[in-house]
Amino acid sequence: MEYFLQQLINGLTLGSIYGLIAIGYTMVYGIIGMINFAHGDIFMVGSFIALATFLALVAIGISALPLILFITLLVAMLFTSAWGWTVERLAYRPLRGSFRLAPLITAIGMSIVLQNFVQITQGARVKPLPPQIQGGVTLIEGMTENGTIAVQLSYMQMIIIATTLALMIGFSLLISKTSLGRSQRACEQDQKMAALLGVNVDRTISLTFVMGAALAAVAGFMFLLLYGVIDFYIGFLAGVKAFTAAVLGGIGSLPGAMLGGLLIGLIEVFWSGYFSVEYKDVAAFSILVIVLIFMPSGLLGKPEVEKV
Amino acid sequence: MTAAQKPARMAESVKDAAIAAFLVAVLGLFFFGLRTDIGPGGLDLTYRWGLWFIAIAITFGVRLLLNLFVFKAAKPVTSGIKVTVPAGLKSVIGRFLGPVLLVVAMCLPFIIMLLFPNRDRQFIDLAILIMTYVMLGWGLNIVVGLAGLLDLGYVAFYAVGAYSFALLAQHLNIGFWTALPLAGLLAAFWGIILGYPVLRLRGDYLAIVTLAFGEIIRVVLLNWYDFTGGPNGISGIPKPSFFGLDFTRTGGFADFFGIEFATIHRFIYLYYIILVLALITNFVTLRLRKLPIGRAWEALREDEIACRSLGINTTNTKLTAFSIGAMFAGFAGSFFATRQGFISPESFTFLESAIILAIVVLGGLGSQVGVVIASVVMIGGIEILRNLGFLKQIFGPDFEPTQYRMLIFGLAMVLIMVWKPRGIISSRNPSAVYKERKKISSDMVAQGEGH
Repeated sequence: MEYFLQQLINGLTLGSIYGLIAIGYTMVYGIIGMINFAHGDIFMVGSFIALATFLALVAIGISALPLILFITLLVAMLFTSAWGWTVERLAYRPLRGSFRLAPLITAIGMSIVLQNFVQITQGARVKPLPPQIQGGVTLIEGMTENGTIAVQLSYMQMIIIATTLALMIGFSLLISKTSLGRSQRACEQDQKMAALLGVNVDRTISLTFVMGAALAAVAGFMFLLLYGVIDFYIGFLAGVKAFTAAVLGGIGSLPGAMLGGLLIGLIEVFWSGYFSVEYKDVAAFSILVIVLIFMPSGLLGKPEVEKV
Repeated sequence: MTAAQKPARMAESVKDAAIAAFLVAVLGLFFFGLRTDIGPGGLDLTYRWGLWFIAIAITFGVRLLLNLFVFKAAKPVTSGIKVTVPAGLKSVIGRFLGPVLLVVAMCLPFIIMLLFPNRDRQFIDLAILIMTYVMLGWGLNIVVGLAGLLDLGYVAFYAVGAYSFALLAQHLNIGFWTALPLAGLLAAFWGIILGYPVLRLRGDYLAIVTLAFGEIIRVVLLNWYDFTGGPNGISGIPKPSFFGLDFTRTGGFADFFGIEFATIHRFIYLYYIILVLALITNFVTLRLRKLPIGRAWEALREDEIACRSLGINTTNTKLTAFSIGAMFAGFAGSFFATRQGFISPESFTFLESAIILAIVVLGGLGSQVGVVIASVVMIGGIEILRNLGFLKQIFGPDFEPTQYRMLIFGLAMVLIMVWKPRGIISSRNPSAVYKERKKISSDMVAQGEGH
């Protein structure tokens, strides 16, 4: 029971990170109907920016950890957004209105470019960062035949889950209440009509990429703090899993992306905890296949209406 | 050009270049300007402001020059070098390009031996590699180009073919020629197994599920240690024989025909094997397009609903496309295994699928010649980038050109796609014609969108 609870907490933490990345996929898919293959690598770029910022802040002598974390988060979000904007501007905007495979290929190309750019400029070796936030609270202490087992909720996990929650609430408000959110929803429904009614479609799409990249940067920073190891290749697997999460939750739906992310995180952690660590990716992908076969529009997605 | 326009244009160009430089400054700050390295006491941060400034300056300069002479110029310098091919010549090229390429491909090993007697092995090896990708591209073209099913996990079938042959050779001591059809059959069988559950999916959903399948197969190959050897892979895979004659120093091919033994013989033989396999793929595809099943694939690509209402069995149509595409990947896979003599899951990553798909799309979906051109450009390009050692003399000994290989590959993918979204070959031969046979623009063909 205690083991189960502990895995549940770990799964929710990992799931929050996947959920944050998945939002970027789901928003872009909702608005222009393409898989932004480079999004996983934007996440990786975000974690590298966070790492460099963190070290630079420590180097210039700021010692208050909360301040460092806060500044790092803001800087990472800001600079990763610039990357998201650039990728959209270079690789996707010239192909708007073209047939659907073209942006998919440029997206894969951008993903290769980003990975190799980071590998060249930052080196191929992994970057370890020692745990910065230590300690936590013990929720339950239980006895087993092997000794005591405690359910720990570390401060790190609390921060991740709380930040994710706050960002989720903020984003839902942004989409539902602001004029930017209204333009986004308009573009999602009908780009041509939205343009006729005075919505700047190009700007809205750019901002969607910027928002997605900012959230990916948060996820990248969290990933760095949680695992303490990053390299130039983390974007691929995280990206595929986050996309899986977005599809699982129903692509185009924000709460769906978060729910999908949490589910993928839980599946992965429970599978590693109870069965085998090696096959955790297989478990996540198999769930994706099964869900898509029986529920092609995902858990919270709207069923696609087919017009002839 | 009036005097007033000139400074305005100049100012605009400078402003634009400044914006570009600023963007590079922002993007590069944490990548050019700072670098994290593992030091004695954890991670160290090194500052490289020089590199950062150089990157900004280069961007500003290049962008300014481009603005002045190409983008915003009254008379872009590129307008002078625009190549206009007369329509008559174009159709002549279109008609003879295929046969000419075929003849060149047939004689290639001898052309190489004649022109580059010292580096013939290396070049024939490269030709074999390119030919393998041509074959994979043609195989994937059946799935994506003809049937319009977007498959991002094609490398899974390539892996199935390679591992089938390697395991058959290891456990049952079966040679290449016996294993080849078996590997193809097994891959086709896997095509049906993986194709069956995804029949209802379309477009991007199909893409992500096939990607997931590709990853599942790779992870299984990596972790099923007892059977596949895990990350160590399988080595000692036998080489193909020529009607029972091995390419050995004594008692083999050379002795039988009374010619002097040379290691190059085996490379030439391998080249002809893959050439024949690729040509079979092409031939089968071209013939299938004329059969009802090929027509059904293309109809499926254009409109699935219309297809169904006309009584075409879409389940069978999709499954045959998947399994025939997979079968050719299986053949190519077992050829890969015999050529390398060693395989491991490393060779079957998603990047491989992406490269094959890129070759098919960049060449022009559904175009057979396009696949050849794209393979030569992309794979040949990657290999040329391996041989840029002379750049070391310009940029100093620390400069390692090979690491820029994949970066340039990715950029090329983006640029070619932006330049020609429909691929390099922009016309198609319709398989069904009403009165006269003529080429149509590729814009009129639906392309793998799964609708």
